[in-house]
Amino acid sequence: MNPVESALQVRGLTKRFDRPAVDALDLTVRLGEFYALLGPNGAGKTTTLRMVAGLLRPDAGSVSVLGIDALGDPVAAKQIMAWVSDEPMIYDKLTPLEYLEFVAGLWGIDPVISQPSAQNLLVSLGLEPHLHERCEGFSKGMRQKVALAGALVHDPRLIILDEPLTGLDALSARHVKGLLQERVRSGCTVIMTTHILEVAERMADRIGVIAAGRLIAEGTLAELRQQNGHNDTSLEDMFIALVDVEAAA
Amino acid sequence: MSSAAALTWFARHEIRLAWREWLAMMTAGRRLRKRSAIIGLIVFAAIMHLPAYAVVGRFAGLRAPLDKSTLIVITSTIFLAWTLMLSQAIESVTRVFYARADLDLIMSSPVTLANVFAVRIAAIALTVTAMALLFSTPFIDVLVIGGGARWLAAYGVVAAIGLSAAAVAIAVTIVLFRLIGPSRTRLVAQILAAIIGAGFVIALQIAAIMSYGTLSRFAVLTSDAAAAYAPDLASMVWWPARAALGDGEALLLLLAVGLVLLGVVMAIFSPRFADTAILVSANATPTYQASRGRAFRAGSRQQALRRKEFLLLRRDPWLMSQTLMQLLYLVPPALMLWRSFADRSTAIVLITPVVVMAAGQLAGGLAWLTISGEDAADLVATAPLPSSRVTRAKIEVVLIAIGVLFAPLIVALAFASPLQAAITALGVAIASASATAIQLWFRVQARRSQFRRRQTSSRLATFAEAFSSIGWAGTAALALALPVVAVISGLLTAGILAVTWKISPQRG
Repeated sequence: MNPVESALQVRGLTKRFDRPAVDALDLTVRLGEFYALLGPNGAGKTTTLRMVAGLLRPDAGSVSVLGIDALGDPVAAKQIMAWVSDEPMIYDKLTPLEYLEFVAGLWGIDPVISQPSAQNLLVSLGLEPHLHERCEGFSKGMRQKVALAGALVHDPRLIILDEPLTGLDALSARHVKGLLQERVRSGCTVIMTTHILEVAERMADRIGVIAAGRLIAEGTLAELRQQNGHNDTSLEDMFIALVDVEAAA
Repeated sequence: MSSAAALTWFARHEIRLAWREWLAMMTAGRRLRKRSAIIGLIVFAAIMHLPAYAVVGRFAGLRAPLDKSTLIVITSTIFLAWTLMLSQAIESVTRVFYARADLDLIMSSPVTLANVFAVRIAAIALTVTAMALLFSTPFIDVLVIGGGARWLAAYGVVAAIGLSAAAVAIAVTIVLFRLIGPSRTRLVAQILAAIIGAGFVIALQIAAIMSYGTLSRFAVLTSDAAAAYAPDLASMVWWPARAALGDGEALLLLLAVGLVLLGVVMAIFSPRFADTAILVSANATPTYQASRGRAFRAGSRQQALRRKEFLLLRRDPWLMSQTLMQLLYLVPPALMLWRSFADRSTAIVLITPVVVMAAGQLAGGLAWLTISGEDAADLVATAPLPSSRVTRAKIEVVLIAIGVLFAPLIVALAFASPLQAAITALGVAIASASATAIQLWFRVQARRSQFRRRQTSSRLATFAEAFSSIGWAGTAALALALPVVAVISGLLTAGILAVTWKISPQRG
C-alpha cells in the first residue's frame, strides 16, 4: 500500500521495558477507517499508541502518519494527530472553554475558527451548562468529554484514543461514539483501544488483536470470523479463543 | 469485637496510615525498605546534631532561676515552635477531611462515629507531637549532653505543646468549616498554615526595625522594654521555659494542660466530626465561574502556553499562600527601607540578602509548578511544538512572575541606593535563574496537587536550591560590603550549581 493511502503505517516497532512490550509490530490503518485495537491487559496496545503519538520513543522501527515520518519530523506529525488517554488529563483550574482555547492555541488554530468549533463541540457533548465552570468539580465522565473535545478542536486527521469510553455513562458514551463516527464519515481516521468488545463489533471497520506485543489477528469482523472458522461466533468468543491460543503458545 | 477492642484496632490502623503517609513523603513515594528508611532517618538526625550544637550549644549551661530576658527568649522560642506545630497540625487536619478516601467507608460502617473520630483526633495529635519530637531531638540532645539530664524535661515540653497545638488546630479548622464553609476552608487553612509560623518571626523583626533599626529579633526580646512589659517571674507564662529547664512541677502542669485541652476538643468536636465530613464531601469542590463571553485570544503557541501558566498560577491556592508568605518576609526589609530614607542607616544593606533569598525560594516553587507540575503532560507532549520551546515558555513565566513581584521593591531601593538596587536586581535574577535551572535538571512528571512532595522528590535538588539561594544572597550582601570576598562566595555558589548539574538526572 502506498504510504499516503494509509493514515498510519508502523513497521518493526519495538519497545522493551523489563520484557518486550511491543515486539517488531507491523500495523497499517487505512485513511478514513475506524480501527479498533484489542488485546488483553499488558498486551502492548497503549505502549504502541503512545509511541505513535510521540509520547514514548521506540527502541526500533518506523512510524508514518499520513506519509509523514513521525520519528523524523514529530512536530509535523503531531500537527495532524490527536491523542486521548484513558485517564483524562485536563487542568482543574481551567473551565472547558479555557482548556479548549489553550489547546487551539497550542495547535496554532485561528481563534475565528477555534472558538465556534470549541463551543459546538462542548455543546454536542452535553457540556453546555458547564462551559464556564472550572473542571475541578467535574466527574470522570465530564472530564473525559472535555479531553475529547480538546482532541477534536484542532480538527485532526488521525485521532488516537486509549479506552475513551471508560467511566462514561450510557448517554455520554453514545455522545462520544456519535461524535467519533461523524468524524470518520468526514474523512478522519480513528484508532481506538477498548475492552468493550461490543463497541468494537458495532463501530470498527477493521479490528486488530494484539497479544504479547504482536499483532495476532486483523481484519473486518467477517474476515476474523472466517479466519476463526465460525460464521456465527461473537467477537468476544473469537477474542478469547485467539488470546488463549497465543497464551498457550 | 468489643467496643474497646474495635477502637484499639482502629487506633492501630490510624497509626499505620500516618506512618505510611509520612514514609511516602520522606521517600518521595519510592518503595524503600523500612530498614533503609529508618537508617536514613537516624543518619539525618545524627547529622542534624551539628547545626543544633551551633544554635543551642551555648545555652546548655543555663540554670534556674533565670532573669527575665532569658525567660523571654526561651518562652518566645517555645512559642515559635508551638506556632510551627500549629501550622503543621492545621495542614494535617485539613488533609484528613479532604484527602482521606476512607471517610465513606468509616461512616457507612456499624461503629459509633464519635468514638472513631475521637481516635482520629488523637492520631492527629500523636502524629504532630511525634514529628515535633523528631525534629527537636538533636537540639534537646545537645542541651542534655552539654547541660545534664535535667534538659530531658524539654522532651515533655515538646509533647505538651504538640498536644495543645493539635487541639487548637482541630478547633480552628472545624470552626472555620462552620464559619466559612468547606469550600473556602481548604484555601484559608492552607494560607493560615503557611503564614502562622512565619508571622511570629516577622512580627518580631518588624518590632525590632521600628524600635532599634535592626533585623535582629533578639534586639526586641532582650530589650529593657520587653522585660518591663513582661509578667513577673511567678507568672504561669514562664511555665514552659521553667519546665524545659527541668522544673518537674511546671512540666506536669504543662502536660496536664495539653491533655485536658485535647480531651475537651475531642469531647466537643468528635460528635461533630462526622457532620463536618459529610459537609465537606458534599461541597468540597466549589463551583467557580469564569467570566463569560470573552473571545479566544490569538497569538503564538508559546503565548498560549504562557497564558495558561499565568492563569493556573493565578488560580493556585498554594502559590497564593506562598506568595503571601514571601510578601510577609519582604515586609521587614521594606520597612527598613522606609526607615533608611529618614536616617540613612547602613543597616539597609541587610535588605539585599533577604530579597535575593526570597526570590530564589519563590522561583524554585514557581519553577516546580510550571516545569514539573504539568497536569496535562500528554497534551503538551503531543502538541506540535518542540519540547525546548515548551520549556522556554515555562521558564519565561517564572522569570516574569519574579520580575513583577520584586521590581517594585528594587525600584524603591534605587531611590535610596542605586548601586545596591543594581546589585540586588542582579542577585534576584541570578538566584531565580539558578533555582529554575535546578528544578529543570531535576524535573519529574507530577501533578500540581503533589506539590507537598516537591521537597522530598529529590533531596539533592532541595538542598542545592537552598544552598544556591543562600549562596547568592550572601554574595549579593558581600558585594556591597566586601567585593573581593563576594567574588569567592560567588565562585563557590557557582561551583555548587556546577556540581549539582553534573550529578543531575537530566545530564544523564
